[in-house]
Amino acid sequence: MKKNLTAWLCLLPAILFLGIFMVYPLVDVLVYSFEEGYNFASQSYFGTGTYNYSYVLRDPYFIQALKNTFIIVIITVPLSTGIALLISLGLSSIKVLRDFYQTVYFLPYVTNTLAVGLVFMVLFKKTPYSDGLVSILIQTFGGKGVDFIDGPYWAKMFVMCFYTIWTVMPFKILILTSALSSVNPMYYKAARVDDTRPFRIFYKITLPMISPMVFYLVITGFIGAFKAYSDEVALFGTDLNAAGMNTIVGYVYDMLYGNSGGYPSYASAAALILFAIVFTITTINLMVSRKTVYYH
Amino acid sequence: MKIVLEHLTKRFPNRNKKIRDEVVAVNDFDFTIPDGKLIGLLGPSGCGKSTALNLICGLEKPTEGKIYFGDLDVTALAPEKRGVGLVFQNYALYPHLSVRENIRFPLENLRGDKKLTKQQMEEKVLEAAKLVQIEELLDRKPNEMSGGQQQRVAIARALVKRPQVLLLDEPLSNLDARLRLQTREELKRIQLETGITTVFVTHDQEEAMSISDTIVVMKDGVLQQMGKPQDIYDDPINLFVAKFLGTPQINVFTGEVIGEKVYIDKAQVCDAPGVRDGDVYVAVRPEGFVVDPSGPLICEFIGREVMGRDTSVIARHGNFLGENIRAIIPSEELIDSKDGSVRFALKPSKVRLFDKGSEERIRVEA
Amino acid sequence: MNNQDIKTVEANTRIQNTLRGVIRYALLTVWAVLVLFPFYWMILTSVKSYGSYNSEYIPKFFTLNPTLENYVQAFTAVPLARYYLNTFIFTVITTGLMMIVVILSAFAFARLDFKGKDIVFTLFLSLMMIPNELVIITNYVTITNLNLRNTFTGLILPSVTSVFYIYLLKENFEQIPEELYKAAKVDGTSDFRYLLKVMLPISRPTLVTVTILKVIECWNSYVWPRLITDDKNYFLLSNGIQEIRENGFGRENVPAMMAAVVVVSVPLVLIFLIFRHKIMEGVARGGTKG
Repeated sequence: MKKNLTAWLCLLPAILFLGIFMVYPLVDVLVYSFEEGYNFASQSYFGTGTYNYSYVLRDPYFIQALKNTFIIVIITVPLSTGIALLISLGLSSIKVLRDFYQTVYFLPYVTNTLAVGLVFMVLFKKTPYSDGLVSILIQTFGGKGVDFIDGPYWAKMFVMCFYTIWTVMPFKILILTSALSSVNPMYYKAARVDDTRPFRIFYKITLPMISPMVFYLVITGFIGAFKAYSDEVALFGTDLNAAGMNTIVGYVYDMLYGNSGGYPSYASAAALILFAIVFTITTINLMVSRKTVYYH
Repeated sequence: MKIVLEHLTKRFPNRNKKIRDEVVAVNDFDFTIPDGKLIGLLGPSGCGKSTALNLICGLEKPTEGKIYFGDLDVTALAPEKRGVGLVFQNYALYPHLSVRENIRFPLENLRGDKKLTKQQMEEKVLEAAKLVQIEELLDRKPNEMSGGQQQRVAIARALVKRPQVLLLDEPLSNLDARLRLQTREELKRIQLETGITTVFVTHDQEEAMSISDTIVVMKDGVLQQMGKPQDIYDDPINLFVAKFLGTPQINVFTGEVIGEKVYIDKAQVCDAPGVRDGDVYVAVRPEGFVVDPSGPLICEFIGREVMGRDTSVIARHGNFLGENIRAIIPSEELIDSKDGSVRFALKPSKVRLFDKGSEERIRVEA
Repeated sequence: MNNQDIKTVEANTRIQNTLRGVIRYALLTVWAVLVLFPFYWMILTSVKSYGSYNSEYIPKFFTLNPTLENYVQAFTAVPLARYYLNTFIFTVITTGLMMIVVILSAFAFARLDFKGKDIVFTLFLSLMMIPNELVIITNYVTITNLNLRNTFTGLILPSVTSVFYIYLLKENFEQIPEELYKAAKVDGTSDFRYLLKVMLPISRPTLVTVTILKVIECWNSYVWPRLITDDKNYFLLSNGIQEIRENGFGRENVPAMMAAVVVVSVPLVLIFLIFRHKIMEGVARGGTKG
């Protein structure tokens, strides 16, 4: 009896916090999403139904956010995983300077996304004083400079994806290098004695052996990219709708707070739609992995 | 394909970086491995035998010296160009591939005019699988098989591309005792059937003795002796080789030679024609002892262990190096040990003398 | 194959290996430059004077007369020191509280027996699937209704529990042999003394990992603080930076902005450079970002 009491006392803070800030909100967000016309000030609503969902799904801002998010996901997840794999392979086959490179590659992980985003903005933005370093570089190679921050959509999307990849690389490189180093070198020796070409060694031996980790990165990459938000704010400012660069998460926060805020019902509906998308994609991922991933 | 090693030396920087000295893993190997034979590289762990194997295979580059396959100088050639088959101690079977895919793997690497069709590959895989008798297991994954079966797959994979040389690193050390016995006979059979020059590394002298055509005994990177198993057993060139081969181990006493006679603690145990006076080690094989109530060597009797056909007698003696003497005698022989002692006579053919300083063999005149 | 052929093969292999090495280092260096360049640029810009920065249509890659005036600006024109202090307080208290909550729960799950343990643990685990974005809406409303906006309490409370870290620690605690617990019990050690004197020291590497991850998360957190604070006195660094970006120093003062960015980035980069092996090992072992 005394033992029971100690245990529950130990768990009490966690249960309390999780209850108030996770379980209750979970129920609440569902309720919100079906309460039509909920008013934050008077805390009243005039009906229940799926109106919030249909409103959100027809809202051009949401459609834009949805489109942006999908483009970011589709471009950054494969690209960052691929490049990270390439770099990790390079890293694990060198000895000189290896520690140096590893340290450098990890740096973005410990820096403030908002802060470094500002540097990217400065590098890419056109101002009255200067076209920005990147544009000038393009011009010296004979191209036409462009304002990546306030210019055409594709240019903004390019910086967006570039910065996203820049920020997610450290984690991926780290995980992949440690996965690569856990492959027993005897397999490489065996393959070498059998005159296996390097690409075939990679494709037939290395890749299957680190496939669980690659898969883990793809899943977490998908989930992370679907929740993209602060990177966007860092580059384009808080008014993402005006910049046409909003994401689903950004849409949720905008609905909740800020100039266009005060609509927790719409925010909840959008958040639940996001959750449904992420859940579906993760499930598909898991199903695909069962066929392709080798588990020890 | 004969393998010629010419003054082959491999040095490693010391693992402890504070020590400047290099470790000499292989020191001036200079011998020829004859074509089509099964050769055992034998030595205690850390003696450099695996390094020697890696040098032949090409996974390590020698510091000095040359390696020839036949007349070809392959010293600087990368392992993949040497046409060797290698079986790893832990087999190194690719865990995500089936047995069939594992064996086929080296064949898929062939390119140019050596490239094979799917059909040809399948035939070769089957042939190799038959050779090691695993044709029913082709669709299994490595982790669904016993150690012995995995070992066979590893051998099949090494053999499938018909290498000029087959190298095996401690091929039996991961098997249990019964399987080890069976597999080593298997190894011998496969080698005989294929006629491929085969080199294997082991620390188990019994393993090396039982199947090798030739044994190479190593210690601390230095070749001690090379020859047929029985020759080395009968005629070791130094105390290390004598002690390393044979179970139970050879029994070593300190003794001296005076006037061409061998004495252990004042007792004259045998003759040593042509040997100069001086301190020696007297080494006696376990089967060299004869229980004899009037024998010269008086030992303290400790006990006897009956092992079916033979009995081993355990005894002690002040001049013995180590704790217990082990003598093997036929089981039916009786031992009179009422006073706590046992007396032995020695068979001269089973006694070897070694110099006390250099531990080199001292030969007696026939 | 004859000895001549072998020479050719050897030469080819050598050329191939050299080529591979060159490509490898080239690739690695390109990425290293891409990573380092923004850092170089922020430091460079932060020591250019306002005038000289704006007069460079083509920005120079170095400066001959560095100045610290931007750093002075960064601390005087905006309350950067205040943001700094706020972030520090927020990080220390949040991490500290979370460690206590997490350790206690992990201890209960790993070492104590009680009715319903399995059910409660399963419930905890299932909470891991809930994305933060889903619950933040209600939390925002809750904190607002409790009148906790623009307070440290409001900032801190929702992030003092993490199911993932409870799970990580519990796994770690369970690896400590049962015999130690029994031995301690025989010696009359209380549960809490055992936790403090035996389990925590043994689990130190994991505790360090969790602490590091949480500190990084806190130091860089943006979304929640942004929702819950609109009074500059409670801004954290991220919000401060964003505020600087949008309202600036009264004018578009990029060098001063970069100075602020440098100041914000320095502590974590410094900590990272000192403990880099520990941190990287920790992140590899326990980590997902955020």
